[in-house]
Amino acid sequence: MLEIKHLRKSFGSLVAVDDVSFVVNAGQLVGLLGPNGAGKTTTVSMIARLLTPDHGEVLVGGQRLAGDTDPAKRRIGLVPQDLALYDELTARDNLRFFGALYNLTGRALDDAIGVAMHLVELSDRIKDRVKTFSGGMKRRLNLAAGLLHDPDILLLDEPTVGVDPQSRNAIFDNLETLKRRGKALLYTTHYMEEAERLADRIVVIDHGKVVADDTVAGLQSRVAPVEDIGGVRANLETVFLTLTGRSLRD
Amino acid sequence: MAFIQVIPLWAMVRKDLQIFFSDRRAVIMSFAVPIAIASFFGSIFSGPSRTSEPAKISIIVVDQDQGTISKSITDGLQHDKNFKVTTTTLEQARDTVRRGRTAAAIVIPTGFGDAAGLALFSRREKPQLDVVFDPSRSTEVAMVRGILTQHVMEAVSKEMFAGPRGRQLVDETLNSVDSMPMPEDRKKLLRDMLGSVQSFYQQNQADPNAGSGGGLTMPYTVREEPMTAGSNIAYNGYAHSFAGMGIQFLLFAMANLGIEVLLERQRGLWKRLRSAPVSRVTLLAGKTLSGTIVALMTLWVSFGFAMIVFGVRIQGSLLGFIGVSVACALMAATFGLLVAALGNTPATARGVTTFAILIMVMLGGAWVPTFIFPAWLQQATLVVPPRWAVDGLDAMTWRGIGLSGAVGPVLALLGFAALFGTIAAARFRWEEA
Repeated sequence: MLEIKHLRKSFGSLVAVDDVSFVVNAGQLVGLLGPNGAGKTTTVSMIARLLTPDHGEVLVGGQRLAGDTDPAKRRIGLVPQDLALYDELTARDNLRFFGALYNLTGRALDDAIGVAMHLVELSDRIKDRVKTFSGGMKRRLNLAAGLLHDPDILLLDEPTVGVDPQSRNAIFDNLETLKRRGKALLYTTHYMEEAERLADRIVVIDHGKVVADDTVAGLQSRVAPVEDIGGVRANLETVFLTLTGRSLRD
Repeated sequence: MAFIQVIPLWAMVRKDLQIFFSDRRAVIMSFAVPIAIASFFGSIFSGPSRTSEPAKISIIVVDQDQGTISKSITDGLQHDKNFKVTTTTLEQARDTVRRGRTAAAIVIPTGFGDAAGLALFSRREKPQLDVVFDPSRSTEVAMVRGILTQHVMEAVSKEMFAGPRGRQLVDETLNSVDSMPMPEDRKKLLRDMLGSVQSFYQQNQADPNAGSGGGLTMPYTVREEPMTAGSNIAYNGYAHSFAGMGIQFLLFAMANLGIEVLLERQRGLWKRLRSAPVSRVTLLAGKTLSGTIVALMTLWVSFGFAMIVFGVRIQGSLLGFIGVSVACALMAATFGLLVAALGNTPATARGVTTFAILIMVMLGGAWVPTFIFPAWLQQATLVVPPRWAVDGLDAMTWRGIGLSGAVGPVLALLGFAALFGTIAAARFRWEEA
């Protein structure tokens, strides 16, 4: 569904992403992991066409993504790390606006809003202004805004930052539902337990390069001979630290 | 691709208007503040109404001479419609002027009347009249100086040609002609003239009803005709102040729109906008259109108030007024885009744009009329949009110029809008890291 080929992006002399390639298939959630500044957000931004790659290409359903108004962009939904919502507006007005950006109007738009709000369990707050929402509710609405136009691919950039366990679990449930519906999900996070729970495959990126691309079990097996303690398999965090090192990243 | 997508465009406009109207207190303030300030400036610059007395300049006269001429000067000043005169001592006068309670004090020193009378016909040293003034009120002082000259000339000449002290001084002057340092032929002419003045006195003495008249007076009167929209239409200063303050506040409102874009960027909202299949032209056009609508509302609500409360009327062309208003609003909206394109952070953008707007509106004549500027600066103000906006709105309101008066300002404002829009589009940060 989503194919990333040799993406490269530099800012001046800093090479943020260097020859990154991976695939996200339909009905699959791929976890994109990496330390701070590894190039995760830059990679997601290039896929969403927020940044133009210096080199490489993004294929959606086999079609190369190009230009601001490429219709293939409709097949991608973005859930940014920031709570990209208008606090002054109601949940409905926010979604009406974001839906209209994808040419949704009238009944189709209302139906899409209903489905998205139902999925994130915020239907009863649809007429309330976003500024009255809790952090967890805003995160769920942020997710709903990315789903409105029913994209085949969903890019989720740390979608659970700063939310309580209840809201996080609700978001996990939403994502599992979406996976069952055949959506391709790319999920960046710092929380290893989230990746372990949700991801079908993990892509580890460091210093702009892909250092591993495997299933959780596959990654664990790579490190297991060294890290096994008392017969227990190494967890993902141990694997991650082994792959990316223990030096601090700022 | 450079094309406008209608559904996203209207969604952007609707969203921006919803956000604008969502904070009712801010909406009221954005309409009320320009109205309040324009009303204040209008009340200052409107001038007197047709029925009311003109504002008088407060002056003090210190008469140390206490002679016929000095009393006549004081009396003349007291009856002048331009002045409110009080008399006091020199010390008190100086203190009052220093405290800014009065514009100027005129000090008539001892012996002034006689010395001025003698100096009128001979080359004797001219006596000095002291004017103690408040340097912060130089315009009023210039007016005082001009009117004072008139009253002094009138009082001195009246006394010299008709008063007893004048007769005495003429006699004294006649007796001293021989000792004056001038050629003989000139002395003869002066003797003849003073002799005629003596004959004039004698005739007056013989027939007091002959009408000795006053002294030298202004040899002309002035008929003033204010060039407004028509002979029956008085100048309404509120029209100018609402134009000026309207432009100022719609520029502030649109700068705020630009800062909002920067805030939206900080909040990640532009990531959503850019990830959607919406063209750059649509995004900029949406912001421009919503900004133009808000700016137009700000301007028209202000003018609506001025029309209802202060009787401001569109004496020129209604179509021209609409054209100038729309061009103003478009210019202001693209100025907002420029702020969004060139600003780094909301805080720095706010500081820089506040300074830029204040300079522009000051040079544009929104605060004070541009005619008080030096000639070179008046020419220079043509490069600031508010000058054209204020001129255009003035032309369509109190000046009563027809549609032709709107053409220049509209074209200039549209030119500024095109310039701002082009720079904004070229410098807009489209990449979202």
